[in-house]
Amino acid sequence: MTVVELGWWGVPIGVLGGAIRISTPFLFVSLGECITERSGRINLGLEGILVMGAMSGYAVSYTSDNPWLGVLAAGGAGLLLGLLHGLACNLPRVNDIAVGIGLMLFGTGLAFFLGKPYVQPKAPTLPGIPLGAWSDSPQIRAALQVNPLFLIGLALAVGLGWALRNTRWGLVVRIVGDSSDAARAMGYAVARVRTLSTALGGFLAGIGGSFLSLYYPGSWSEGLSSGQGLMAVALVIFARWNPIRCFYAALLFGGAGALGPALQSVGVTSGYYLFNAAPYIVTLGIMIATCSPRRTLAGAPGELSINR
Amino acid sequence: MKERAGQLDRRELLLGFAGAGALGALAAVGRALAADKLVVGVIYVGPRDDYGYNQAQAQAAAAVKKMPGITVVEQEKVPETTDVQKTMGSMIEQDGATLLFPTSFGYFDPHILRMAEKYPKVRFAHCGGLWTNGKHPKNVGSYFGYIDECQYLNGVVAGHTTKTKKLGFIAAKPIPQVLRNINAFSMGARTVDPKITTQLIITGDWSLPVKEAEAANSLIDQGVDVVTCHVDSPKVVVETAERRGIFVCGYHADQSALAPKGYLTGAEWSWTTPYTTHVKDAMAGNPMNNFMRGGLKEGFVKAGAYGRAVGDQARKNADTIKAQMVKGDFVIFKGPLKDNAGNTVIAAGSAHKQTDVVLEQMNYLVEGVIGKV
Repeated sequence: MTVVELGWWGVPIGVLGGAIRISTPFLFVSLGECITERSGRINLGLEGILVMGAMSGYAVSYTSDNPWLGVLAAGGAGLLLGLLHGLACNLPRVNDIAVGIGLMLFGTGLAFFLGKPYVQPKAPTLPGIPLGAWSDSPQIRAALQVNPLFLIGLALAVGLGWALRNTRWGLVVRIVGDSSDAARAMGYAVARVRTLSTALGGFLAGIGGSFLSLYYPGSWSEGLSSGQGLMAVALVIFARWNPIRCFYAALLFGGAGALGPALQSVGVTSGYYLFNAAPYIVTLGIMIATCSPRRTLAGAPGELSINR
Repeated sequence: MKERAGQLDRRELLLGFAGAGALGALAAVGRALAADKLVVGVIYVGPRDDYGYNQAQAQAAAAVKKMPGITVVEQEKVPETTDVQKTMGSMIEQDGATLLFPTSFGYFDPHILRMAEKYPKVRFAHCGGLWTNGKHPKNVGSYFGYIDECQYLNGVVAGHTTKTKKLGFIAAKPIPQVLRNINAFSMGARTVDPKITTQLIITGDWSLPVKEAEAANSLIDQGVDVVTCHVDSPKVVVETAERRGIFVCGYHADQSALAPKGYLTGAEWSWTTPYTTHVKDAMAGNPMNNFMRGGLKEGFVKAGAYGRAVGDQARKNADTIKAQMVKGDFVIFKGPLKDNAGNTVIAAGSAHKQTDVVLEQMNYLVEGVIGKV
């Protein structure tokens, strides 16, 4: 390994690499939540789904020796939990936020319980695509080692943004999310659309979880998520329910998360607690800067229970 | 796993069973005098099979379980909050435990101290370095191992192996035990070549897998080619190092299986000795050993087997030092020693043996470590 002295260049490269490595689970969860919230429901349980996805992905990858099968299983587990949330919220007078918190505890608890035997073994992980092969610098090559899921997530963000604007399906989801009365008047089954949107959201969150256990950091443990699913839900609001902005927000969040370690590795040794808190400070700052007591958030679906 | 499910219920039922609990306490007092049976409670801050800190404790608990007349109750993932008081309370009241091993550092103050006052007949053996005579109750004791000896050996092996002369250390929190490990690792490496530096990254908590992976990647990007850590589960650090093709020294438990190419050696706990001593004392009714310490000599810690990448010179050198440590005449922290800001922390001519409690108040990083407490 030829090592070039990077010095301060290590920080931007570290943040870039970190943005790509860390952002993927945020991206998938926030895209999933974006669909769910656009249909007028909030699923706070995505944290539980993320953890469940991470566990089931790892478990299936270990038993089947095929990480992609693990990704699929993670999506499946997420789909089922999302469906559970969707169906439970269809019942009269059920609060989606309360159900979401329940689902979060249920999902993490179930994952910890079922995941016990998989903490120790080493499962095959997903391969990376060496987009940095052109560079002689091992640091750049490592930073640009991109997982296919990241690219799929990017394509999904673009596709979803387009579909929500330009397809009949996207229009239906938006109508249901903005005014259930209007949707009902037009003859759409509100409950069914929301259930399917929540299930799809769960599917994506589950895949986000498989990225954690199968690529980066790449092993299953109980502290794996440490609240990333919850932060991703906040990212959706921060991204104004726009899939493309979800992508940017996830990148920003990933990069901010990499800032602490990157700065310490070049010798900026004071204030590491502050830098480690960078992602949360960024979120808080932008939330405060963009909120207003005089109007609801621009772009917020009208049926969301936080807006009513 | 069966025990775990049972304990979750027990915690929930604690309130409802307050009456039964009082009876249990009476029974516990009776049992404390009898010598043939003992219920031992072990409390972990994380999962028992984390390839790390908790696994090392759980191995000792498993050994205790095999002793005659011993029942072990365990609970995992108990946070360092009032939760641990509830867990201790339910182990004492419901299970009749009279010897507890609350294993995490942060359980001690105020949680163990408060419970020890409330239950003076119960023994609390805490893993860490804080028991002080006169200040803390007699039914509380601390046991700990001088794992910095193994970290020193890690450092020697790392120092022989590194080509870039840059080592990395990923630490959770800047507490004395952790600083002592960082310093010992760095000092061991610098016996090989004084130009070697150790870059420190502090993540902020005991288990943050994503941040640990990110820390390892940043260090590797900066040219670090041997990394080690002091976090609860070194699995992520070890795997990341292996994936990026650098060398790694393990910590807490044996992680050689996770990095067949890059694993050099490791600093491992061997808690069976302190556990069995506490259990025997409790059964015989002997006064509690409040301050139990040991290193390689006493068998509280052990050095991992050498990996493939370790050269002959490194093996020879480390083995020589290890032999001295086992005999008990090797002193790691002796003057003149400077911290990384240039201040003298140990004056020339004075030496702190491992048993010296001054070392357990360490609040500096030695020369050669790049970082700040």
